[in-house]
Amino acid sequence: MLNTYAYPEFEYIQCDEQKHNTVKRHKAVIIGAGPVGLTTALDFAKQGIPVVVLDDNNTVSIGSRAVCYAKRPLEVWDRLGVGERMIEKSVEWKVGKVFRDEELVYQFDLLPEDDHKIPAFINLQQYYLEEYMIDECKKQYGDLIDFRWKSKIISLKNNDDHVKMQVETPDGVYGLESDYVVACDGANSDTRKMLGLEFDGHFFQDRFLIADVVMKADFPAERWFWFNPPFHRNQSVLLHMQSDDVWRIDFQLGWDCDPEEEKKPEKVIPRLKAMLGDDVDFELEWVSVYQFACRQLKDFKCGRVFIAGDAAHQVSPFGARGANTGVQDIDNLTWKLKLVMDGKVPESLLDSYSEERVFAAADNLLNSTRSTDFITPKSPISKAFRDAVLDLASEYEFARPLVNSGRLSMPTPYLNSSLNTPDEDTFSGKMRPGTNCADAPITVDGQDTWFLNKIANSKFVVLTFDTSITDKTVNINGIDCDILVVGKDIMDSKGCLQERYDGTGETTYLIRPDQHVAARWRTFDQDKIKKAVLTATAQ
Amino acid sequence: MSLNTKPNIASPDDFYQDLIDLHRDLSDEESRDLNARLILLLANHIGDMDILKAAMSAARKDT
Ligand SMILES: Cc1cc2nc3c(=O)[nH]c(=O)nc-3n(C[C@H](O)[C@H](O)[C@H](O)COP(=O)(O)OP(=O)(O)OC[C@H]3O[C@@H](n4cnc5c(N)ncnc54)[C@H](O)[C@@H]3O)c2cc1C
Repeated sequence: MLNTYAYPEFEYIQCDEQKHNTVKRHKAVIIGAGPVGLTTALDFAKQGIPVVVLDDNNTVSIGSRAVCYAKRPLEVWDRLGVGERMIEKSVEWKVGKVFRDEELVYQFDLLPEDDHKIPAFINLQQYYLEEYMIDECKKQYGDLIDFRWKSKIISLKNNDDHVKMQVETPDGVYGLESDYVVACDGANSDTRKMLGLEFDGHFFQDRFLIADVVMKADFPAERWFWFNPPFHRNQSVLLHMQSDDVWRIDFQLGWDCDPEEEKKPEKVIPRLKAMLGDDVDFELEWVSVYQFACRQLKDFKCGRVFIAGDAAHQVSPFGARGANTGVQDIDNLTWKLKLVMDGKVPESLLDSYSEERVFAAADNLLNSTRSTDFITPKSPISKAFRDAVLDLASEYEFARPLVNSGRLSMPTPYLNSSLNTPDEDTFSGKMRPGTNCADAPITVDGQDTWFLNKIANSKFVVLTFDTSITDKTVNINGIDCDILVVGKDIMDSKGCLQERYDGTGETTYLIRPDQHVAARWRTFDQDKIKKAVLTATAQ
Repeated sequence: MSLNTKPNIASPDDFYQDLIDLHRDLSDEESRDLNARLILLLANHIGDMDILKAAMSAARKDT
């Protein structure tokens, strides 16, 4: 196998607690340094919360894992200062093609709307993503983030006012305590088991061979999906470009294969040759066989432990949902926990983490299950309909939206959240309470910038189109909110804010620290703003 | 609008014959596939989700 990537090795250092055999009470402990745990570390540190990060390993993600990242998680990473580096290294793509046999059935263009900072989708190997986040943690927050590598959590217990844990390191076992714990220890989460929580959902009776292949090929940066291609009959195949001339190829294998056999190079190479042709030179970087599952917990909070990412929900990767949603779990959690830690709001606000993210996970699972049902039909009639859709799609436009080779991950708006203030006025456009804010180009003091970058300091923001407002901030029961007046504090240089927020007259929005709409009105009304802030903080 | 379950086809016998003729000489499997295509074409023409759902439940006889 060829390596285009040198895995960093992070140094294990025995921590003082273990050295001196003392038990220390921390504010927050994060279990697992995958994409979700690292996002947590960055977000907590950005808010000034010191954290201990425990990981049983001492490097980044190994092997073939996530490739595609969607706009919303990239916006979160951009808020945390790592988005631009990820985008720079990545492959951006917009066009997807679906083939059946040898024929192009249809192609789609993601047609991202202009005037957003972040692209619709990028492809990047998961190890880069993690490496960049670890770099940023060390560069910006060396004093706040305490990485403890080769530190495996082996027991965990919720108490009334803290969590007790035991950690195993190369030097043995030590104990530590924390006010709060975020469990980001992945699909096989030990924490989940220690808490006695069970996944709801199921595994799919199908397997996929996932190969990362290094080659100089002149395929365009597009997503190509085949149903029943001549080089892999009765199954599907997916081709995606990554950085450094690495390509991701997924072969559906069906249920009756031997996963160990299928992984062997002498099995894999002929499959790839049949697909790529004899004249393409390639080398294998990594090969694995996966069985996918769609499962989630009923509750993402258990006492003082929050469960996030794959530890809380697992989806099949069609549509690139795993890491993408996990990051949004943290976007949702951090500001709530910060307000609670600062004693500004009741602890009950934390229950809304589970309320909102369980809802989002269910939506995600639904989308993922639907794609899997199309790709892996579960009955003869389901297959007949699937094939009928493909038959019709090349000739008839109507059938194309029915082709489901993976719907691309979109954020789930929290439309029914208890933190929303329902609309009392009528609005057009998408910015309903519970929805993540649309970006827009703006100018501030004559400088071009982006709206989402302007509202990135994890505070409540009152956005108003009422230019008579002169206050810069408003304090509601100890919660500081910034006021941004469109036309004064920020200039709507291209009119996108006005259009995307239906910003006529004195339209005013209350935006949560995680850049989601909490409430909106047609006037600027202090009392209503106050009530909405209280509602959005479970008061 | 709700699902129209009153007679709506001008010449029922012609329609019925066409439907049966359509499947002439097809294997069971080919017939099943043809039916699937036909359902998709008709469903798209109807478009209205409430009507489609009413038709689905009427066809499944779960009233
Ligand atoms: C083939 C494939 C393709 C995918 N494609 C995509 C995609 O395109 N887009 C996307 O968004 N997602 C994709 N995913 C999913 C994505 O990889 C996961 O959702 C993501 O890695 C989850 O992040 P996490 O931080 O929750 O967990 P993980 O990445 O699993 O990290 C968990 C961490 O916890 C550590 N840990 C585990 N147990 C312990 C313990 N007891 N004590 C201490 N530490 C522990 C582990 O070492 C690890 O570092 C794909 C997955 C696969 C397999």
